Amino acid sequence: MSPAEQSQRRKSTRNGWLLSAPALTLLFLAASGPLLIVLVYSFLTPGQYGNVVWEFSLDGWVGILFTRDIFDGTTNLADAHLTIFWRSVKLSLMTTALTFALGFPTAWFIATRPPAQRAMWLFLITIPFWTNLLIRTFAINEVIRNEGLMNTVLIGAGLISEPIRIINTDTAVFIGMAYVYLPLMVLPLFAAIDRFDMKLLEAGYDLYASRLQVLRHVILPIVKPGIIAGSILVFVPSLGAYVTPRVLGGGKNMMIGNFIELQFGQGRNWPLGAALSMALLLIVMAALLIYVRASTKGNNPHG
Amino acid sequence: MAERSFEVSRLPGFATVAIVVFVLLYLPILTLVVFSFNSGPSVAVWEGWSLHWYADAWNNEAVKGATARSLIIATCASALATTVATMAALGTTRRAAFGGQTFIYVVINQPLMVPEIVTAVALLILFGVVKQATGYQGLAYLILAHAAFCTPFAYLPIRARLEGMDLSLETAAADLYANPWQTFRHVTLPLLAPGIAAGAMLAFVISLDDVVITEFVKSAGQDTLPTYMLGQMRRAITPEVNAISTALLGLTVVLLTLFFILTRKKN
Amino acid sequence: MKCTLTALAFLAATTSLAQAEGVLNLYNWGNYTGPDLLAKFEAETGIKVTVTDYDSNDTALAKIEAGGHGFDLVVPSTNYVPIFVEKGLAVELDLTKLPNHTNIAPEWMDVAWDQGRTHSIPWQWGSIGLSVNTAVYTGDINTSSIFLDVPDELKGKINVVPEMTDVVNLAVMYVGGEPCTEDTEVLKKARDVLLAAKPHWISMDYGATEKLSNNDWAASVNWNGSSMRARLANDTVAHGYPKEGYPIFMDSVMLLADARNVDQAYTFMNFIMEPENAAMISAFARYNNGIAGSDAFMPEDMKAAPEVVTPDEHKAAGTFLPTCSPTAQQYMAAIWTELMK
Repeated sequence: MSPAEQSQRRKSTRNGWLLSAPALTLLFLAASGPLLIVLVYSFLTPGQYGNVVWEFSLDGWVGILFTRDIFDGTTNLADAHLTIFWRSVKLSLMTTALTFALGFPTAWFIATRPPAQRAMWLFLITIPFWTNLLIRTFAINEVIRNEGLMNTVLIGAGLISEPIRIINTDTAVFIGMAYVYLPLMVLPLFAAIDRFDMKLLEAGYDLYASRLQVLRHVILPIVKPGIIAGSILVFVPSLGAYVTPRVLGGGKNMMIGNFIELQFGQGRNWPLGAALSMALLLIVMAALLIYVRASTKGNNPHG
Repeated sequence: MAERSFEVSRLPGFATVAIVVFVLLYLPILTLVVFSFNSGPSVAVWEGWSLHWYADAWNNEAVKGATARSLIIATCASALATTVATMAALGTTRRAAFGGQTFIYVVINQPLMVPEIVTAVALLILFGVVKQATGYQGLAYLILAHAAFCTPFAYLPIRARLEGMDLSLETAAADLYANPWQTFRHVTLPLLAPGIAAGAMLAFVISLDDVVITEFVKSAGQDTLPTYMLGQMRRAITPEVNAISTALLGLTVVLLTLFFILTRKKN
Repeated sequence: MKCTLTALAFLAATTSLAQAEGVLNLYNWGNYTGPDLLAKFEAETGIKVTVTDYDSNDTALAKIEAGGHGFDLVVPSTNYVPIFVEKGLAVELDLTKLPNHTNIAPEWMDVAWDQGRTHSIPWQWGSIGLSVNTAVYTGDINTSSIFLDVPDELKGKINVVPEMTDVVNLAVMYVGGEPCTEDTEVLKKARDVLLAAKPHWISMDYGATEKLSNNDWAASVNWNGSSMRARLANDTVAHGYPKEGYPIFMDSVMLLADARNVDQAYTFMNFIMEPENAAMISAFARYNNGIAGSDAFMPEDMKAAPEVVTPDEHKAAGTFLPTCSPTAQQYMAAIWTELMK
């Protein structure tokens, strides 16, 4: 590498840091920095009425996997925590899959409208989301409840005789999360498809590729960054979702977000709550890094 | 070029799925709008048409204040988040990989990785100390907190747009002696615009939705629409909140329609 | 830029408001403070009250403990009053500034959690029991077995409010224990009863008024005021007072140690102990208020309501929840986690 190239490269790196500096500052002030407090709290002792006492303890971290039975004092694997964690992962994966299955055709549909109409369709996707999350979730409940719109219509049409009970089940939470997070999938996908050159499709068809082959070998690789961004935006927030499981799940089937909230509230065990969140953070971060590495490796369409 | 017998961009079934998606999206919104006109106090049992919930909302200072506060916070926070996210996206793509890129990526996306309640408790403790030390208890804390957790939502779509964006136009501009700022302003930014728009919209909506962090960061008299509603949840949500939401929806639609008419004329 | 200006103007407006003479910042449960009460107070005194909502005692406690909140008055439940005092978050009241303090009904004066009401004054009180749709279930509703040994008619149709202390203590009393017990035999029984009953519950949620009137639920563990509102919306709903024992609560107003508008706070506290004004509080949320003489000003439909006026035969079963010891609290939290998983 020539000295000129080296200095060029140093300059590029410096600019990279400079451009990222404002975002990093903001996040250190109001997100990552305060999180250090939570890290510290995870090593302290729970206070009598919530909060913490400044005495070092590992109970918070041990408590993630093991619980001491309050009645006979034996230590057992915390199967309650594992049940909750597994339910969260399962529902989040299902939500991501469903939003992709619905979101990809939708984003494609929008991106292939005439340019003048595209903005309108995009707004049509987002308008429902200008109503806030709580009331939107309540509205979903109105649609799916036993005497709600869905069951009334289905019974009226003679398709079913008994209402389908969805409310307060995992299915309700799943439907609700897919609804709530759909635009988080559609918008990045749209951004990726929109810069996709449709001439590539023509080239594909000229080479006698089938539609499926074109989809698999031409479209998907190129919109991959959008798929990655969309899946992250859907999967990770659903893992820590709080409002949707609380309103639609009826409070009986907790997800990890509700469980952590419980520790900071009625459970009065802040260190356990802090340790659980740190553990969740580490797991998600590891999964993310593996996912991003794996999906970008050897698959750079322009480079 | 010969006329093709089919449109190349058409994929079978996609349009059908898209239309179904749009219908499903608007179904709950429809019930919400309908029940805002309910004369009874329920958001599920229909008792006849009435406008009195609109009158109630209009006369309710708490609701009006909360709505205004929600909008102010969302506007400021999404503007701030989109700006820093755009800069960071430019800083972390389309240049030779440098050590620390992963670090930046992780820090920016960190708010996505922890449940809101955790950030909320952390901010409660930190801001509590700052509020006592400075004596300032205004909205800036909420704006800052919202901007921080909105940043990844703005960053990811912008980055997705930037990745693989054609460099040749910018190189051409540079060849024509455009300075870096001119190149950015007249070439990069317009190309990037859809990504920025998507990011800004996401950030705005995410800020508008936030309950948990706001609940813990707010000071006296700083209820937003979601925290106001959370407080009502224990008793009963009345069609009053449907009325507010419908009014906001109506306003959005009117503004967007105006925006379209105006931009069309300009073109 | 415009946004920054708007924000600045807004900030200026809110901060100056907070420091002006005639304001008061009340931190209260959501949907608990009637607007007509505040309007009357402002008309009489010129003091403008800003209400900010919370939805759990723990959130309120955590926030006030963190400091810099700007609130003057808070309204915690019975068992949280001593915590606020112990932590030094709320101060002793200067009773000379509260001439209406003598209006507190005698039975609410020397309460266990605040002898002589030197730290807190009554806002509202009520009890937790059962709302049952009598069109669905016709048996005895004055028993906790409605939700702990669910009758067939109510299986899959009954809700339990997600309030740890209330629910666990109802179960403890059901198996014959005392509230906040540390007796592990009793607690074990209570846990087993709860775990066995849970599969028959439809949900553990709030919003009983709405869901009892639209038939989502046929019954719910519920507060008496909420029961009354449910009955007004659906007249087949009745309130049951569990004979095995049920907790009574009172939410009380406390003056915060870092309050900035202390004089206004005293004016407000004195104002709400006026029988007529106390009745206005009750008329809004449908709970009793603990001020002597307020009955005369109560709305007609509350004067004889079985939810508000506890029938004599059910009075004995009611009991106040003490502030549970940390050990008892740990037992409850462990049972609750197992229940909620």
